[in-house]
Amino acid sequence: MSRIEARFAELRRAGRPGLVTFVTAGDPDLATGQAILDGLPEAGADLVELGMPFTDPMADGPAVQAASLRALKSGASLRTTLAMARRFRERDARTPVVLMGYYNPIYSMGAEAFCAAARDAGVDGLIIVDLPPEERDELAVPARAAGIDFIVLTAPTTDDARLPTVLAGASGFVYHVSIAGITGTASASLEAVEAAVARLRRHTRLPIAVGFGIKTPEQAARIGRLADAAVVGSAIVNRIEAGLKWGPESADRDRLAASVLDFVSALARPLRAQAKVRA
Amino acid sequence: MRTANSLRSGPDERGHFGAYGGRYVAETLMPLILSVERAYAEAKADPEFARELGVYLKDYVGRPSPLYFARRLTEHCGGARIYLKREDLNHTGAHKVNNCMGQALLARRMGKKRILAETGAGQHGVAAATVCALFGLDCVIYMGEVDIERQAPNVARMQLLGAELRPVTSGSATLKDAMNDALRDWVANVATTYYMIGTAAGPHPYPAMVRDFQCVIGEETRAQVAAAEGRLPDSLVACIGGGSNAIGLFHPFLDDAEVRLIGVEAAGHGIETGKHAASLTGGRPGVLHGNRTYLLQTADGQIEEAHSISAGLDYPGIGPEHSWLRDVGRVDYVSATDDEAVAAFLLTTRLEGIIPALESAHAIAHALRIAPGLPREHVMVVGLSGRGDKDLASVMAREQARAKGRAA
Repeated sequence: MSRIEARFAELRRAGRPGLVTFVTAGDPDLATGQAILDGLPEAGADLVELGMPFTDPMADGPAVQAASLRALKSGASLRTTLAMARRFRERDARTPVVLMGYYNPIYSMGAEAFCAAARDAGVDGLIIVDLPPEERDELAVPARAAGIDFIVLTAPTTDDARLPTVLAGASGFVYHVSIAGITGTASASLEAVEAAVARLRRHTRLPIAVGFGIKTPEQAARIGRLADAAVVGSAIVNRIEAGLKWGPESADRDRLAASVLDFVSALARPLRAQAKVRA
Repeated sequence: MRTANSLRSGPDERGHFGAYGGRYVAETLMPLILSVERAYAEAKADPEFARELGVYLKDYVGRPSPLYFARRLTEHCGGARIYLKREDLNHTGAHKVNNCMGQALLARRMGKKRILAETGAGQHGVAAATVCALFGLDCVIYMGEVDIERQAPNVARMQLLGAELRPVTSGSATLKDAMNDALRDWVANVATTYYMIGTAAGPHPYPAMVRDFQCVIGEETRAQVAAAEGRLPDSLVACIGGGSNAIGLFHPFLDDAEVRLIGVEAAGHGIETGKHAASLTGGRPGVLHGNRTYLLQTADGQIEEAHSISAGLDYPGIGPEHSWLRDVGRVDYVSATDDEAVAAFLLTTRLEGIIPALESAHAIAHALRIAPGLPREHVMVVGLSGRGDKDLASVMAREQARAKGRAA
C-alpha cells in the first residue's frame, strides 16, 4: 500500500477529512522552507504538497507567483526541492509528499531521471499543472513505473464527456480545482463543491481533495464535510510573506516558521474535530 | 492536395510538429481549447468564412499588400535583387491584423463577446483593439510595464480604440509575462472570453491557426514574384520573435526545395553576451505557454528573460513549427544584433523612404549582410512585417546617446 493510500485509509477509519497543505520549496529561503516543511505534520497536515519553484507559474495567483520568485532568488531549484523532500522523509516515514508544479524544470532534467530521483527522495505523488490528459503520458508513464502516483486535476470546466479521459489511470487521489481561475483568488460556493464532488464520486472511487480559494479554518472545515480532504495553499503562503516583515535573521525566520505552523494548526483543528462528529 | 511527404501537412491531430507543439495547459483551459479547435475546423471547412474573411482583408485591411522592388537597397548591396513584401502598408501598420481579423471572425462564430490579447511591441494589441472596435467586442490587452514605456504611441492607439490596457508588472514585465497574465485571465473567464493569441505559438490549435491566417503573405508573394520575375524567388528572409510573419511568408514555399528560407532572430547585444532573444540559436527545447518549443532557459529549466531593442521580438520562445523546421533543416535560422537592426532601420529609411519596424529591420539587416555576395539574378524577398513609426522614440534616444558618446 502506498503512503497516500495508507493515509486516506487512516483518515477514513478516523472518520475525518484530511488537510493538504501547500508551500513552495525554498520559500522564503532554503533553511526556513525546510523548517516549515518539517513542522507541517505535527502542526496537523495530513499530506504535504511541495511546490517546485518556476519562473512562469501560469495557473497561480500573485501569492504563489511571489513565493516561486522568493524561492528562486534564495537559490532553490528542482534539485534543492528533491533534497528538501529527502530530508523530510528521513524524519517522517508516513506523511505523503506530493510535488506540485510545472513541467519545464522536469522536462529539462529528463522525465525518467526526475522520477528516479523523486522516488529515491521518498516522493509519493506528482501534480503537474500543465500536463493535461492529452500530454501527460510522457511523465505519467515513467512516474507510475517508479511507483509514484500521477495525481489528476479536475476543473469545473471538465464536463461529463471528458471526465473519463481525465480519470483514466488516475491514482493516489483526485485533486478537484473548485473554481475556474487561478490560485488564491475566488472561492467556490459550497453548493458547487457539493455537486462537483458528487459528480466525481460517480466516476471514481479514489479519494477527492478540493482546493483553490480555501483561505480560513472555517472554509476548510466546510469543504472537509463534502470532500475527503481540503487543500490550502495561498493562505499559508500569505503567512510566509507576512512574516518577512520581522527581518532576515535566524531568530526572525524562526518566528516566521512558527507563525506559519500556528496557522496550519488552526486549519487542522476543525477538520480533526469532525472525527468526533462522525463517530 | 497535401501529401504525407509534404512539409506543409503539420501539425498532427494532437497539434504536434515533430516533437514540438502540443497542448500543455491547465485542465481548466483544456475543454475551451478543444472548443476553439472544433470551431476553427468548422470555420475552415465553411466557404462562407473564407469569403467573409476575404472581403475584410481586401476592403478593410487593404490586401493584397504590394511587393515592392527596392531599387536603391539593391544598388547599395550590388548583388541580389531585393524585394520588400509591404505588410507595413496594411491597416494598423503590420502583418498582425491578418491574424486578428481571422480570429475575430472566429470569436464571433463562437459567440464570445470578450477578447483577450497580449502584446509586446503593441502591434498585435493595436490590431486586436482595431478588430474589436470594428465588431463591437470588449477588448482587454495585457502589456508589460517595460513595453508600455517604450511603445507609447501604440498604447495611446489601443486606448483610443476603446481597449482596456492592463499593465503587467510580474516577472520581467515584457511579452512573456503579458502572456502569463492573459492566460490567467482566460482561466478565470473561460465562459465569456476568447483569447486572441498574436503569434504562431501557444497551445494547439493556435500555432496552426495563426499560421493559416498569415499564409496570405506567402501566397500573395508567390503570385507577385511570378508576375514580376516569371518564376519562384530564390530566397525569403523574415524576422522571428514568435514567428508568425515568417511562417506566413515561408509556409506556401516549404515544398519548393529550391527556395531558400531564412529566419532572423534578435541577437540583442550579441548571442555571446547572453543578452538576446534568439531561442533557436541560443536556447533548447522546453515547455512554456502551452507548447513544446525552443526556449531561453537556465540549466534548471527556469525561463530566462529575453533582450532585444525590438519589443516585438523580446520573447524567450518561438512558434513550435519553427522549432521543427529548424530540426529538419528546411529553414536556416540566423540572428541580427540591436546595432545591425538599427543600422538597417536607418539605411532603409534614407534609401527607400520607408521607415521599417525595428522587428522587420532585423530581416533587412541580414539581407544587407548576404545580398552583396549573391548573383544579380538572385531574387530575394524580405518580409517588411510592419512600419516603424512606433519605434521613432527608441531609435532617436539611442542615436542621441551615441552622438553624445562620440562627442565626449
